Amino acid sequence: MVKKRQDYKGVVVCAPVTIPYSRYSIKSAHWFCGKALAELITSSGLSKSDVDGYCISSFTLSPDTAVGLMQYLGVTPRWLDHIPMGGASGAVALRRAARAIQCGDAEIIACIGGDTNHVDTFRETIATFSQFANDAVYPYGSGGPNSSFAFLTDYYMKQFGTKREDFGKMCVDQRTNALPIPFAMMKKPLTIEEYLNARVIAEPLRLFDCVMPCAGADAFLVMTEDKAKSLGLSYAKILATIERHNAFPDDPVQIRGGWAVDIDDFYNQAGIGPKDIDLMQAYDDYPIICFMQLEDLGFCDKGEAGRFVQSHDLTTGGDFPFNTSGGQLSTGQAGAAGGYIGIVETIRQLTDQVIGNTVENAQHGLVSCFGMINYDRGICTSAAIFGRSTA
Amino acid sequence: MEKKQNENEETLSSLLGGIINGGIQVIDLTMTLDQRTPTIVLPPEHGQSWPFRLEVISKYDERGPATYWNNMSCGEHTGTHFDAPIHWISGKDLPNNATDTLPPDLFIAHASVIDVSLETKEDPDYLLTIERIEEWEKINGNIPVRSWVLMRTDWSKKTNPTEYLNHGDEGANTPGPHPDLIPWLIEERDVVGFGSETVGTDAGQAAHFSHPFPCHHLMHGAGRCGLPALINLDLLPAQGAVVVAAPLKIRQGSGSPVRALALVGK
Amino acid sequence: MIKALPHPKWKDPRVRTRKPSMPPGNRSREAQGLLSMAARGRFALQVCSNCGAVQYPPRQLCGKCLSEELSWQDVSNKGTLLAETTLQHSNDIYFRDRLPWKLGIVVADVGPSMVVHLSSDCKQGDKVRLALSIDAAGNAVVTARPEKPTSNEKDDLQLREMEFDPKHRRPLIVDGKTEMGLELTKAFLSAGARHVFVGYAKPWYESQYLEEIKKLDKVSVYPLDVTDTDSVEELVSMIGDKVEIMVNNSYHLRPGGLIDRFDINTAHDEMEIHYYGLMRLAGCFGPVMRAMGADGHHSATAWLNIFSAYAWINNPAVGTYSASQAAALSLSQCLRAELTPGGVRVVNTFIGPIEDEWHQLAPPPKLLPATIAPRIVSGLSKGIEDIPIGAVAEEILERLSENPKEIERTIKL
Repeated sequence: MVKKRQDYKGVVVCAPVTIPYSRYSIKSAHWFCGKALAELITSSGLSKSDVDGYCISSFTLSPDTAVGLMQYLGVTPRWLDHIPMGGASGAVALRRAARAIQCGDAEIIACIGGDTNHVDTFRETIATFSQFANDAVYPYGSGGPNSSFAFLTDYYMKQFGTKREDFGKMCVDQRTNALPIPFAMMKKPLTIEEYLNARVIAEPLRLFDCVMPCAGADAFLVMTEDKAKSLGLSYAKILATIERHNAFPDDPVQIRGGWAVDIDDFYNQAGIGPKDIDLMQAYDDYPIICFMQLEDLGFCDKGEAGRFVQSHDLTTGGDFPFNTSGGQLSTGQAGAAGGYIGIVETIRQLTDQVIGNTVENAQHGLVSCFGMINYDRGICTSAAIFGRSTA
Repeated sequence: MEKKQNENEETLSSLLGGIINGGIQVIDLTMTLDQRTPTIVLPPEHGQSWPFRLEVISKYDERGPATYWNNMSCGEHTGTHFDAPIHWISGKDLPNNATDTLPPDLFIAHASVIDVSLETKEDPDYLLTIERIEEWEKINGNIPVRSWVLMRTDWSKKTNPTEYLNHGDEGANTPGPHPDLIPWLIEERDVVGFGSETVGTDAGQAAHFSHPFPCHHLMHGAGRCGLPALINLDLLPAQGAVVVAAPLKIRQGSGSPVRALALVGK
Repeated sequence: MIKALPHPKWKDPRVRTRKPSMPPGNRSREAQGLLSMAARGRFALQVCSNCGAVQYPPRQLCGKCLSEELSWQDVSNKGTLLAETTLQHSNDIYFRDRLPWKLGIVVADVGPSMVVHLSSDCKQGDKVRLALSIDAAGNAVVTARPEKPTSNEKDDLQLREMEFDPKHRRPLIVDGKTEMGLELTKAFLSAGARHVFVGYAKPWYESQYLEEIKKLDKVSVYPLDVTDTDSVEELVSMIGDKVEIMVNNSYHLRPGGLIDRFDINTAHDEMEIHYYGLMRLAGCFGPVMRAMGADGHHSATAWLNIFSAYAWINNPAVGTYSASQAAALSLSQCLRAELTPGGVRVVNTFIGPIEDEWHQLAPPPKLLPATIAPRIVSGLSKGIEDIPIGAVAEEILERLSENPKEIERTIKL
């Protein structure tokens, strides 16, 4: 009998911040993270010294880690964590920070995911991504994540008969969500024809299946509900979180992620089920991984995501609002910020600070994160459910 | 005494004058040392003479910006060369038998050039006999004492190394002296040595003579020398040319490549 | 189905020769273990001595039971192709130059899933034949072809990058006037070589083999004396940019040891031919081949040295010969490093005693050139880097890995 996990009662998230994305930047990751911190304190009326804890995620701080960044930013936190989990970082940072707040190890924690993107940064990042990737993936065509996700997509499509049109439906809806977002990389509507006929990148993936690397940062604050109230900040509650690493290692090709291991625990902690979710942000560097998240988090059965997507409207005004700011596929992948974008967007929706289109009457938002194609599959999964402060 | 010295100085002076005004021609009897110069073919299990090789030390490049020069390597008996008596076992115990101890006056000597090019053309195994020389002497006078006997065969005009060596499966087929000729040249004519246009002074088939390799065994045994692989013998008179051919002064050297020159009066 | 590679045309003089580039070469120490297997043409993976789990990618601890007792063992090379993709985009220059590029994920029968360079004959769900190959950067990679050999399978353009198939290529056989030279010429021709250049030294030594070679089609003979820098330079000026496989068949054995036959000259000749000869060949042909290493599907690809197995361990009966072979082997490693940037790979074969006059007193087994040559060519075509040939060479290799001191004391010709 697994011990029941403690809830996150009294801990909240607030101050959703995005440093506008740009395709390339000559600024450093330190700059992006620092700008995010500046925006966090400005928007919440804090001073720099009020923030006494940090969770940092970035691929491009090298040779620094979160440690070097602290001196760079001139801050003296009493609690510091570096979450190098790529796309899974956001919910993991949230979990670490929430417990630290709960235990009193820190009072206000800034969770920041930020990266720069110089002209050659992306290639350098993927060329030295992990030992297994260096040894056994990158020398095979050097496609980076394109080739890894091409495998997953190819396998999945042949297993379940999924069509490119199914992925396309999702991409098109997300693009609709992205259109009012000023910092989105993709500014034009996407038609299903454009999606289907785009140039091939790595079969079966075409251009609009692939996320566009860019520079930017996303950040939020974690603190007690009381603290948020005293500062007059709008906040969202944390109802549940999970993380899992290297799940299902015996699956020869990845068709599911760690969410499937923890789904029951997840909804039990939240006290609600998939039907109660009003909006979902899924990690979306490639459509295939969204399909797995829909399935593994209980919105449909394995292999059914294509049909699910086709039978739902994923736009903000639709019956299943999904990646309501357009997701990374439309706004771009600002490195580790890609792990934070879903949380930041969810906080915005649940605290009425929306930049794009609002999901009406949203009470519960689910954020799902995924990261680190270490060898042949994504290793890290995490997720969180948030509730409106009044919920 | 003083008069005599004056006469000799005049001789030298007129020699030089002759060379300068062209009355005395200097003929080069030396083949160019070249990486393609063939070396004598020996049984493969025997020691082998190194071929001529050049490796650049520098050529106005990073190895020496102002300098062009080479390292060279070769056997002592490569190209046009000098055989000293110590080269053969029969001459090993003679006094003054090596390149550093041979009296240097030997390096300048008269040349008697026996033209057997017609005979050789017919028969590559042609052997030069006493009779043939006696016939030659009837026309040209006797071979003087202390003369090189140079066997003109025009063999050096064969520029293809394979034809030059002319090897068959029973050994080389190249001309040379008859075994009986050598004692006669030593005892009756007191020659300095024997010169040839082939890769060695002996005939190609000399291993099978009753006295094998006579031009080496007997000649060197009697303290005489060899001068093989000459060229341009067709430019020399039968009698009267002076050969200048000095080997490098290698300590206990058995021979050395030489720049062989002939002085010929017009 | 892979189409037969068309016969190459003459080089278009208006088109720039593609500059060589290399696939990513960053590998961990443990992954280099794959290279030592690939170099021998083995399909071996780490197997846990404790729990039997087969590991991939390579690691230092068992991914199942954390035991450090992992040993490289030959395992089944069969697997099933689960997923595939064809890249139309790559982040690396080498692959960008060669797109499209086909990859797959194969689950090996022995367990692990492997990302592989995929033959275009493979379809999802097929049983495939895995191999460890060596890519243009000199690192081990996994390749997959259909389980059963298919016609023209060596003509797969992608996998051809990781092998040295002589088809449509032009080897230069050094010291070709020997029986080995003749057999190599015939073996290259029957493997589809476009033309064979044959070098010979000392033309005044007649050779029945050279006469036979001259009678063959698609063969040209040239004077080439590896002891003569001029001669090597002259040949490179004539055919340097056409030599796609260098076959260093230099051979000069004179039995004898160091004290037992103390003779600097003989040792010198061996070094001149084996060591300095390799150096002259490499110094003259190496830069040209290195520049031509990415010149299309028939580019310069391999530098093959035919060494004696005594390059590995000195056999006192042929002591100075062994030493000259060891020197040449060492030099070949330098050459390998220097040719790698051009995508030209050094292949060394190590042969046991052959049936010739210089091995007259060596006990059998002795190898016939007619046996050796096709094995050399087939090793090349598989892309193997170290090719031991014959029972003697195999035994030396095994004994060396077991106890080098034992073989040092007891080796006999």
